[in-house]
Amino acid sequence: MNAPAAVDPGALSAVVVPVLYLVSAVLFIFGIKGLTRVRTARRGNLLAAGAMLLAVVTTLLDLGLVDYRWILAGLVIGGAVGAVAAVKVEMTAMPEMVALFNGAGGGASMLVALAVLWLEVLELDPLLVAGTVAGALGPDSALSTMLSILIGAVTLSGSVVAYLKLQGKISGQPILLPGRHAVNALLLAGALGLGVWAAFFAQGHALIGGLAAAVALASLVLGIMLVIPIGGADMPVVISLLNSYSGLAAAATGFVLNNNLLIISGALVGASGLILTQIMCVAMNRTLANVLFGGFGVQAEAPGGAGSDYGPVRSYGAEDAALVLESAETVVFVPGYGLAVAQAQHVVRELADLLAKRGCKVTYGIHPVAGRMPGHMNVLLAEADVPYEQLLEMDKVNPEFKQTDVVIVVGANDVVNPAAEKVPGSPVYGMPVLQVWEAGTVMLIKRSLSPGFAGIKNELFEYENTMMLFGDAKEMLQELLAEMKRAAAA
Amino acid sequence: MMGPLLISIYVFVLAIFVGFEVITKVPPTLHTPLMSGANAISGITLVGSLYAAQTGEVTVSNLLGCLAIVLASINVVGGFLVTDRMLKMFGKKKR
Repeated sequence: MNAPAAVDPGALSAVVVPVLYLVSAVLFIFGIKGLTRVRTARRGNLLAAGAMLLAVVTTLLDLGLVDYRWILAGLVIGGAVGAVAAVKVEMTAMPEMVALFNGAGGGASMLVALAVLWLEVLELDPLLVAGTVAGALGPDSALSTMLSILIGAVTLSGSVVAYLKLQGKISGQPILLPGRHAVNALLLAGALGLGVWAAFFAQGHALIGGLAAAVALASLVLGIMLVIPIGGADMPVVISLLNSYSGLAAAATGFVLNNNLLIISGALVGASGLILTQIMCVAMNRTLANVLFGGFGVQAEAPGGAGSDYGPVRSYGAEDAALVLESAETVVFVPGYGLAVAQAQHVVRELADLLAKRGCKVTYGIHPVAGRMPGHMNVLLAEADVPYEQLLEMDKVNPEFKQTDVVIVVGANDVVNPAAEKVPGSPVYGMPVLQVWEAGTVMLIKRSLSPGFAGIKNELFEYENTMMLFGDAKEMLQELLAEMKRAAAA
Repeated sequence: MMGPLLISIYVFVLAIFVGFEVITKVPPTLHTPLMSGANAISGITLVGSLYAAQTGEVTVSNLLGCLAIVLASINVVGGFLVTDRMLKMFGKKKR
């Protein structure tokens, strides 16, 4: 494990350090395995955190007696910022938080590669470095340095754009620039070309430094360009993919430093991000290429009519809804992104508790892409103390709808659109959806008739058994709760 | 004999397969914690950044390395803490 600047070439760095790194890598594997089961998840996370601590302490040991001022300053500042952010963040803002953390990881990998380039090549005595970067670092390290800059920079700027979109600071709608595919191809080719030039051919400090900076810049722009055209509801895919990239960036840094721990951990994260990306794509019946390049939601001219073209819908108030709910024996809540926006998870649970007290069977139907990141709804409902046994996956809940008296859809739209099964040619046709229309009554809590992300009409709004409850999700549920309580008291 | 690069590539490819095998079936409940936990692990680049900022002088490499340490430790500390916070909620039993 030849770290480029390891001070002590003795037994410590030759044997002990690599062994401790191996222990750390194994612990990461156990940790990530733990994260795949509810019962072991917390322990898995702690195990991974312990592995990280071991890796950091081992590295500090390996460094030996160096000047720790910069290192300590960085650790303290970064650790404090991270800790405060993690403790303060609202559960509803989790997608934004994860996007930012992804970006930080990618950015760090980019900076490490740049720092190594300066430390190992550009800051050495110019007389000693007559040749190229490849001559100084070896061809493989030179190339991985450039790759690490590229992947890290794309992760960084892409994550920041994703964060801004999630925050609503820039439009969640897909922003499609003309000729963007050509521009992106050009940026990627440019970054790669400049990287190869910087690694193998360029000579002289100014040129090498300038080229490396140009690679970083082109990659940052590429990251922005890649995420800008992707719409809000596709964010689960994008965040999963950026998650994967942040792992790959770490692995690339591992290649730069010849550090197997970075390579292994980075590969693990890369794989887990890819798996989640795949799950999200399947849940939307779309290919990854379609998500990334499709500009979904723009071509809304489809069978089923435009987004705002509605016949008569039946609008009701909380009082009417409470009357229906009183006689319900089975109720399924279907949450969507609107629940997160309105922070309605706690009042949903209160209503569920009240219903359960009356002997009603309450469950929740969770679509895999409801919300803005994988598992978003599960986290929100867990925050509101909903037992996870009540959260049913799509395959489990769909057969249940026929025997369900009332479905309450809170801020979801496209994931309950019957057009996905009934209107061939519709943009959402073929996407697996929650078949809420099979239930006795569907209550749709929604601000307006405005279309969901797919930009298409939802016929469900016009169905005979649909009750539209217009309003803010939280306020409407609170009214509903008050009505139920009043009726119970009377 | 294999060169160091080839060994590294072996390690990388095998680790990817380990990742796929370990994370075969994740219940949707855990998608977010898995992602943020994995995200924290990707902060392992922190180890790399430590190597890059080890002298006391004010140089470009030290500045870059120090900034990398800041970003990576945000990623690591924030990632593990927020994951733990989420998982604590999943563990709670019905009151």
